[in-house]
Amino acid sequence: MDTSVLVVTILILTLFGYWMGRSRARLLAGGQHLSVLHSLPSYHGSYVALWCGLPALLLVAAWLVFEPAIIEYIVIEAIPGARALEPAQLSLLVADIRNLTSGNIVSREIDPALAAAGEHYLSLQYTSHAALIVVALSVAVYGFYLARKSQTRDFRARNRVETIVRIVMVVASTIAILTTVGIILSLIFETLRFFEKVSVNEFLFGLNWSPQTALRAEQVGSSGAFGAVPIFAGTFMITALAMLVAVPVGLLSAIYMSEYAGPRMRAVAKPILEVLAGIPTVVYGFFAALTVAPFFRQTGEAAGLMVSSESALAAGMVMGVMIIPFVSSLSDDVMNAVPQSLRDGAYALGATQSETIKQVIIPAALPGIVGAVLLATSRAIGETMIVVMAAGLAANLTANPLEAVTTVTVQIVTLLVGDQEFDSAKTLAAFALGLVLFIITLGLNMIALRVVRRYREKYD
Amino acid sequence: MTDMAISTAADKQQTEFSARLQKRYAAERRFRAYGLGAIAIAVSILGILLGTISFQGAPAFFQTYMKIDVYFDEAVIDPAGTREERTLRTANYQALAKRGLYEIFPEVTERREKRTLSRLLSSGAYRPLGEMVVNDPSIIGTTQTIWLVTSDDIDTFYKGQIDRETVEADRRVKDNEIAWVDALEADGRVDLQFNTAFFATGDSREPELAGIWGAVVGSFLTLIVTLSVSFPLGVSAAVYLEEFAPKNRWTDLIEVNINNLAAVPSIVFGLLGLAVFLSFFGMPRSAPLVGGLVLALMTLPTIIIATRAALKAVPPSIREAALGVGASDLQVVTHHVLPLAMPGILTGTIIGMAQALGETAPLLMIGMVAFIVDVPSSVTDPSTVLPVQIYIWADSPERAFVAKTSAAIMVLLGFLITMNAIAVMLRKRFERRW
Repeated sequence: MDTSVLVVTILILTLFGYWMGRSRARLLAGGQHLSVLHSLPSYHGSYVALWCGLPALLLVAAWLVFEPAIIEYIVIEAIPGARALEPAQLSLLVADIRNLTSGNIVSREIDPALAAAGEHYLSLQYTSHAALIVVALSVAVYGFYLARKSQTRDFRARNRVETIVRIVMVVASTIAILTTVGIILSLIFETLRFFEKVSVNEFLFGLNWSPQTALRAEQVGSSGAFGAVPIFAGTFMITALAMLVAVPVGLLSAIYMSEYAGPRMRAVAKPILEVLAGIPTVVYGFFAALTVAPFFRQTGEAAGLMVSSESALAAGMVMGVMIIPFVSSLSDDVMNAVPQSLRDGAYALGATQSETIKQVIIPAALPGIVGAVLLATSRAIGETMIVVMAAGLAANLTANPLEAVTTVTVQIVTLLVGDQEFDSAKTLAAFALGLVLFIITLGLNMIALRVVRRYREKYD
Repeated sequence: MTDMAISTAADKQQTEFSARLQKRYAAERRFRAYGLGAIAIAVSILGILLGTISFQGAPAFFQTYMKIDVYFDEAVIDPAGTREERTLRTANYQALAKRGLYEIFPEVTERREKRTLSRLLSSGAYRPLGEMVVNDPSIIGTTQTIWLVTSDDIDTFYKGQIDRETVEADRRVKDNEIAWVDALEADGRVDLQFNTAFFATGDSREPELAGIWGAVVGSFLTLIVTLSVSFPLGVSAAVYLEEFAPKNRWTDLIEVNINNLAAVPSIVFGLLGLAVFLSFFGMPRSAPLVGGLVLALMTLPTIIIATRAALKAVPPSIREAALGVGASDLQVVTHHVLPLAMPGILTGTIIGMAQALGETAPLLMIGMVAFIVDVPSSVTDPSTVLPVQIYIWADSPERAFVAKTSAAIMVLLGFLITMNAIAVMLRKRFERRW
């Protein structure tokens, strides 16, 4: 029986449990009005169903999570001398056994020992599967039996069901915390391993980045230097270019939208600007690489300038366009939130509309606008696809936006896409860069949210 | 005298004043024009973006086909005469298709020239022949007229994207090939037809054979996983936080956390998926299951925030009335508040799903960039998704892939527009002001 079939069977049992519990409750009422029961029959049904399905499904999930590790452990224990192997060789051996059992290509000769281990693995898997089916189904049936036994007229089924639902909700609300913890732990764990191989100082302050580590000692040009300064500089430059486009355009359109535009214009222009935020970033990347970059290069050539076909300019400009709605919609909101009395006061003193905006509304809305710009900056720093497709791969420490530079996100993608060993400094470097990215965007974000919130309190 | 002095002073002041006023009004008009200009810039960039993509993508919806008379030679297909499906499927149909092509140009005899001639057809052009024979073995021994796919170079040439006037050495299509195509065209044997294969097949190294169906199915499976994880989790978390949670440090922490999670770069979720789902739990690489889980974690904050906003909009009087007639806390929520908030929740969910559909970066991290020809049939099969397919094609050097990429983008945007339109409609239709 397949796992999915097992799950479906348990779900059918659950449905059956609901139906049985409900009809049992009706029977308990014995033809009298249903109010002789403490809880409605549907709650009795849900109670039985929960007891029938929940423990069994949890068991199946836990089993599937832990099964591979346990089987692996037993198989490795059974191979003589396997425990003495280096960790890297051991993981290769495990991968081979797994590939052998699933019929994939194996990296070495299939000797009798390996074949025996494969057999052992398969037989254990078979046993485990059979055991899972038996145990899960008996848990479901036993739960059903227990729940039905407790059904009486006075049984508080509703309260029990509500407690369970409440627990489920609490668990669901902690998923967000668990995700954050998961992100932090996985990043920190891998980063610490990276810093065992490369010093923190070299990573943060080194000027040379070439992550190709040599496979053999005599290999040329693969020194494996991990100085991330050129990457940070490249990220900074592309982000700055993006903000150079997004801040003026976004802010001016927000001003026009909130102060000048009539309701009809607003109703048309605002959704169009939001569309810019809804276009997938891979589309912007394609646009930047195939339309904007060649255009800049040809214009540059006509003007006698050397423009790289992966220039920071093209990637930055297109990213700026993508960021426009982040700046404009948030600024629009904060400017709308400025009390009308401030505007009226300025008009009464004889200020024109633009003077009111420049001297009253913008200063009043400034914290909110700063918050919007910070949020947009954090978006730009973390943006991946545009730079992967339109910016360069080689780390290049330069201040010229016409040359190719690389960014943190580009490096993460190039280091991790394709075949990789999980323990090399190259792979781990990606996690270190990821940690830097996470800390910077999180910091920007927290500052921005705090600024915006403080500003809201001022006018609420 | 004094009067006059006063009046000239007043005049002077008047002119000064009106000049300053003119200046201020001019500044006002300028400022207004800047604002309008900014909006115009944003809108025109959007126009250029969509315009170039539809312009580049439109040709990909059509494909150049060539009409060829193929003789289904029994000696080639099934010399033993067993009519077994396996033999019929694996026979050398390429030779048959080539033979049909050579017969149109009997004057081509030289080996090298013949080989160039055979390259007018796509390397996968013969595939429908096998299908035809398996479906109806009785056509063996007959001659059938069949439209076959041309190679990508001929396709781009026929669509007019390769200029005849350029020097032969700089041209992908040589003079003799042009002459052949012209002859075929004069014969009515070349035609542009709607490219159904594009919507029905998986990826391929040959642009003329590549399709998006595999990616569409992959996207669909991934979104199913995302929806079935993030919708129940998101809604129950939001209900708890909005309706039941006590106001304390723990719930404050959760709240701050959700807001921050919404702004974490998507690629970091990819790193999480790689470290936790792939390395720690040993889930399969490139599978929609893992992709869906990663995207679920990513869209969870969106759904929670939208659901909370929708729950907040339900007036407290509804809750009090329900409590007043004896409903329990949970009954208040499940029987009254949730149904009233459902349109808002669904709108937020659809918008979250649209975000997930367009997301690429985290899926690159968990290996969904592999070259996969087969259409996935379950959530654990290796597969790719639409945006990643776009990324893969955008990286391919063949010129014909530019059109394919743009066409795939048009399909992706079509899905996104539909989803957003549904969300807007839901909001318009069911929005209620209390």
